[in-house]
Amino acid sequence: MKHLRAVNRKARRIEDYISSEYGDVFALQQGPPQNRPHYPMGCSLVFSPGWEVDATGGTAGLCQPVERDLYDCYISCFWPAQVPDHINNYPDWTSKCATATKDWRQIDLVFP
Amino acid sequence: MTYKAGEYHLFEGGGQEYLYLVPSGGIFALTDLSSAIIKKLKGGEHTEAELLSDLATDGFASTEIEEAIEELYQSHAITSGVGFKAEVQPAPMPFPLQTLVLNVTNQCNLSCKYCYEFGEDRVATPEGKPKFMSEETARAAVDFLLANSPGRRAVHLTFFGGETLMNFKVVRSTIEYARAQAHTAGKYIDFSLTTNATLLTPQVIEYLAENGVGVTISIDGPRELNDTFRVFNNGQGSYDVIAPRVKELITRHKSRPIGARVTLTSQVVDVKRIFRHLKDEIGFHEVGFAPVTTSPVRLYAIGSDGLNNVLEQFTELAHEYRDYALRDEHHGFSNVSDTLQELHAGISKAHPCGAGLGLLGIGPSGDISPCHRFVDSDKHKLGHISEGVDRTTQAEFLERGHIQRKVECHTCWARPVCSGGCYHEAYVRYGDTGHANLHYCDWIRGWTHICLEIYGELAARNPKFLEHFDERKSI
Repeated sequence: MKHLRAVNRKARRIEDYISSEYGDVFALQQGPPQNRPHYPMGCSLVFSPGWEVDATGGTAGLCQPVERDLYDCYISCFWPAQVPDHINNYPDWTSKCATATKDWRQIDLVFP
Repeated sequence: MTYKAGEYHLFEGGGQEYLYLVPSGGIFALTDLSSAIIKKLKGGEHTEAELLSDLATDGFASTEIEEAIEELYQSHAITSGVGFKAEVQPAPMPFPLQTLVLNVTNQCNLSCKYCYEFGEDRVATPEGKPKFMSEETARAAVDFLLANSPGRRAVHLTFFGGETLMNFKVVRSTIEYARAQAHTAGKYIDFSLTTNATLLTPQVIEYLAENGVGVTISIDGPRELNDTFRVFNNGQGSYDVIAPRVKELITRHKSRPIGARVTLTSQVVDVKRIFRHLKDEIGFHEVGFAPVTTSPVRLYAIGSDGLNNVLEQFTELAHEYRDYALRDEHHGFSNVSDTLQELHAGISKAHPCGAGLGLLGIGPSGDISPCHRFVDSDKHKLGHISEGVDRTTQAEFLERGHIQRKVECHTCWARPVCSGGCYHEAYVRYGDTGHANLHYCDWIRGWTHICLEIYGELAARNPKFLEHFDERKSI
C-alpha cells in the first residue's frame, strides 16, 4: 500500500490480507506472473499484435481495464476465444455483475 | 459512493501521524494525502466526487486520491453505507491450557489490609477446605495441565498463595514431578511464583536460582510506604524483614529477571518515588504497578482524582521509558512494556484475559477456578481437578465476559486492549464478572493513548527497539 504504511504486526497481516484479496490482478503487460494465484488481465500482450488495435492503432493495454472491453467481447463484437459467448451458451454470465467497475469479481470462470 | 469515518483512534508520535484501527488493532502510518482524507471525513460524510474535487484543489492528483481512498476503505479506516460488520469467531473449545496457577496455600503470614484474598472484599469461601495443597493434588494438577494442553509445545506452571513459600515443600516436589512428566510428554515447562519475600531463606533462594524459577515480589516501595498496608499480624511492618532478603535474591538469582509488583492505594500513590527505590536502590529488573482492587467505599480505594494523579505520574515515568528506549536502554517500568507488547502484536481481545480459557487457577482443595483471584470461591468454581472442567459452567463464564455482551464497550476505541477489564475487579465492584469496569474507562483510554504515542515515536525514531516485542513474552 502506498498511502498507509503498516507499522505493527497486525497492520502487516491486514496488508497481506488486502493484497491477497485485492492485489491478485495483473495486467499481462506488467510482466511475469507473481508467485501466487492471480488473474491475468487483458487478452493481448504488447508483443502479440495483430489481433486488434485501439483507436490510435496501438496494441498495448487492450482490455485494460478489463471492464472497458469486457462487454465488447461478450456482447457486441463477440470474441468467444477470450470470454464466454452471450448468444448461445452463457446468456447469464454477467447477471451477478450490476456495475462492472465494482462487481467484476462476481463474474466467474465457466466450464464448458 | 459516499464515505464516512470508520472506527479508529488518531495519534501522533515522533512527528508522524498514525491510525490505531478498531477493532482490528492495526497501526498504520499516514501520508499527507491519507491524513487529509481522514480529516475531511471526520467532519462528516462525503461522496467520492466531493473528496476528489476538494483534495484536487489541495494539489493532490486524482489517481492518487482514488488509490488512497481505496486503501483506507480496504483497511476499514473509512467505510460507506452501514459500515463493516465485525465477525467474531468463537474460540476453539476445549481451549488448550497454557498456564496453570496453583494456590499452594490460602494461608499468609502477613495481614495486608487491602488483600483481595483476606480483606473486606474477599470472594473466597475457604471455610472447611484444606489450608495447604497436598502433594497428590499438586501432582494431579500437573497431569491435568499436561493432558489439557494439546498442541502447545511449552506450558507454564505458576505458584501462588496465600504466601506461596509457606508451602515450599510442595512447590519443590511439584517442580521436580512436573519437569519429569513434561519431559515424558515431550513438552517444555517453566515455573514462576509470587511471594511476599518474608520466607526467602538462603536455601530457598539457592533452589529458585538453580531451577530458573521466575520470581515476582509483592512490595509497595520504601519502608514507610510498604509498611502502610504490608504488615504482620501484630501490625509490625514487613519492610525491614524483606528488604535484605530481596537484595540477596537479586544478587544470587540471575537466571530469570526478578520483578516487583506494587499495589497502589489512596495512601500509596507516589509512583515515581516507589519506582526509583525499587529499581535503583533495591535492584529489581522490572517494576509493575496496579491500583488496588476494592469496592469504592474502602478508605484505601483510589477515587477518580487519585487515578488522574496516578496517570500523570505514570505518564512522566512512561516518558522516561521512551527516552531510555530511544537510546536502546532497558528501563524497567513494566506497565509500559506490557502495553507496548500488546500494541505491537495488534492484539484484539474478545475476552479481557485468558482466565477460564488458557489459564486456570487451582485451589488447595483441588477446586478449579477461572484464575488465582477466584480460588476457593464456591460461586466461581469451574470444576475439580479429579473430574476436570465443567464445560457448561466454563461456557457460561466465558459468554458472560465476552466483549459482545459489554454494550458500553462497543463505542470505545480502547476495547481491543481492554475488553472490559479484569473479571475479578468487575465482580468486586459490580457483583458481575461480565460487567465492564466502567470506573476506570478514562484511565484505560488515557494510558493506552500515552503508550500509542510512545509506540509511534519509537516506530519513527528507533524502530529496531520494537523488534524486542516480536517474540511473545511468556506470562
